[in-house]
Amino acid sequence: MKHIISMLIENESGALSRVAGLFSARGYNIHALTVAPTNDETLSRLTLVTSGTNQQVEQIVKHLNRLIDVVKVVDITEGEHIERELMLIKLKATGAMREEIKRLADIFRGTIVDVTTNIYTVQLVGEAQKLDALVDAIDDALIVEIVRSGAVGLMRGEKSLHL
Amino acid sequence: MELTGAQILIHYLEDEGVELIWGYPGGAALPIYDALDTDAKKLKHVLVRHEQAAVHAADGFARSTGLPGVALVTSGPGATNTVTGIATAYMDSIPLVVITGQVATPMIGLDAFQEIDTVGITRPIVKHNFLVKDVKDLAMTLKKAFYIATTGRPGPVVIDFPKDVQNALCDYQYPQEVSLRSYQPIVKGHSGQIKKALDMMLAAKQPILYTGGGVVLGNASAALTELAHQLGFPVTNTLMGLGGFPASDKQFVGMLGMHGTYEANLSMHNSDLIIAIGARFDDRVTGNLEKFCPDAKVIHIDIDPASISKNVAVDIPIVGPVQQVLTEMNQLLKKSGKKVDAEVLQAWWTQIEAWRATKCLRYDQLGHKIKPQAAMEAVWRITKGDAYVTSDVGQHQMFAAQYYPFDKPRRWINSGGLGTMGFGLPAAMGVQAAFPKETVVCVTGEGSIQMNIQELSTCLQYGLPIKVLCLNNGFLGMVRQWQEFFYDRRYSMSYMDSLPDFVKLVEAYGHVGIRIDNPETMEQQLAEAFSDQYKDRFVFIDVITDQQENVYPMIPAGAGLDEMILV
Repeated sequence: MKHIISMLIENESGALSRVAGLFSARGYNIHALTVAPTNDETLSRLTLVTSGTNQQVEQIVKHLNRLIDVVKVVDITEGEHIERELMLIKLKATGAMREEIKRLADIFRGTIVDVTTNIYTVQLVGEAQKLDALVDAIDDALIVEIVRSGAVGLMRGEKSLHL
Repeated sequence: MELTGAQILIHYLEDEGVELIWGYPGGAALPIYDALDTDAKKLKHVLVRHEQAAVHAADGFARSTGLPGVALVTSGPGATNTVTGIATAYMDSIPLVVITGQVATPMIGLDAFQEIDTVGITRPIVKHNFLVKDVKDLAMTLKKAFYIATTGRPGPVVIDFPKDVQNALCDYQYPQEVSLRSYQPIVKGHSGQIKKALDMMLAAKQPILYTGGGVVLGNASAALTELAHQLGFPVTNTLMGLGGFPASDKQFVGMLGMHGTYEANLSMHNSDLIIAIGARFDDRVTGNLEKFCPDAKVIHIDIDPASISKNVAVDIPIVGPVQQVLTEMNQLLKKSGKKVDAEVLQAWWTQIEAWRATKCLRYDQLGHKIKPQAAMEAVWRITKGDAYVTSDVGQHQMFAAQYYPFDKPRRWINSGGLGTMGFGLPAAMGVQAAFPKETVVCVTGEGSIQMNIQELSTCLQYGLPIKVLCLNNGFLGMVRQWQEFFYDRRYSMSYMDSLPDFVKLVEAYGHVGIRIDNPETMEQQLAEAFSDQYKDRFVFIDVITDQQENVYPMIPAGAGLDEMILV
């Protein structure tokens, strides 16, 4: 099962490689990983998508907690949560396809953020499945390039990850 | 007062109470070695012959004393040579602080001479590591390093110390306090869980205390012994836990696992409750996990939450320092006045005694070849079972674990987790330096000893009167044993041709060498080696043993604890 693990880590060089190294050393997989600064300049927020049984993920969380540079860890998929990912998808848009792609982008509530005579670049935000659905709806031959941010997320309501 | 970074390091170590460091100088550590010469008052430095040995020696010092071991090396090859030593300490949770020189910060990343990414290389084998970029951070980094290394589940910490930072000036004051927001080791086990565990223990019919290195490292031997006596349960130790419970106690059923005793492994396999204390269900202990202790519930006391339910699902976890948890259990048990059902326990003991009666450690003593087991037993008799024993890795290690029973913790020093050949001699240096008057025996083989034999020179320089017991069978014995059992006796690369004459070799290094190849004179020759005549001398005892001898009992890979090969 897919799990989204969110953590606050020390904003220090090497902190990211400790996390990544733990995953490779113990044979856990990383589907996606994103890291960025927070409002507290000493901390970064790292979000990581992995998969495994509940027991495996519990073990992952315990090992993450052991790392000195990891300040707080939570598996946000344990409860109600919000998950978002951003995708930019560059498509061949010529002839009739220009209208077709625009309609498709509208259906998915995506935005066309860059246009040339032959190319549309669509931006789409949502859960991973929604992004997958758009990709599936487009003929592979039209896709020039895809970039996805990896999921970020947080727990719904009052719960939060803080010091 | 303004000092250089190098001076701050030396002053800090003295303020921290460190008296002994192990190391080897080099370009990127020269300012530190200069400060050692000019500023050290009490701090002593032992010059080893290879950086790996510096770390093993610091490790042996730490295991035998309970204090953190400290090693100091230069950058590049100095740092990479420490890797095996650091990994050895990491696998066995030994508190070490390893200081590595580094090229000056402006040179980092430019492939400078003797530059290597030490922080990157050591990352997977340390509890934590630091690169000191600013001399202002140095004292606090050192404080953090010692704090992290010695608290919680202990482990090695590396500090990479660039040369320009060693030369930079800064005010120095010993930091009295340290706190890390992301590291707060647990200091107390959950009282509710402790109560629940005790109730489960009192209700058990076939319980066993399975205790590991955590009892030794956590100074919990006395608390464990008291609990075991209060409950009357059988106790088994892991390889790392030997000495954590007195081997001469009648409740002790021996070591468990791959080369454990019949009674220990069958008691585990047939138990209805395993109380794991500072042990981590290592694969060498559990055998095939699918066949592991089918009827047992599990209580697990450990300082490290990540050890709990890692290999074996736990019913009652208690995360906390073992000494504190066991002490609380002892008090609760006394206060409650509750007792185990003596009749039920007696039935369990009757069964265990029947297993014990197989005498699984007996061996054939006939013939004209020396049995390694007999050599170990003789050394045990001669040293009255009270020596510090370090070992290398292989058959001799298992023979030492089986035939040199320990009554005290911190007497048995071996590389259990990583299984590092070459550990024994430098570790013995660390122990001997910590306890100059005690008998220190390094049990080794002709294979392992050659992995750090250069340290014979260090032993002479510092007058370390170690006694090396080399069980020399001309084979990499444990490899040979596996090849005999599992590879149709194809002894691929396990035979050692062209061995040196060890007696002449150690004599060339200025030591005493004794060769023993006759079972009839063995006891007397061993007694001589340990006699007052050689009290202050390093003695290398080369014992020529039976080449065909194997370590029994043995659980083959993939088998369960009840599927042992006895002889």
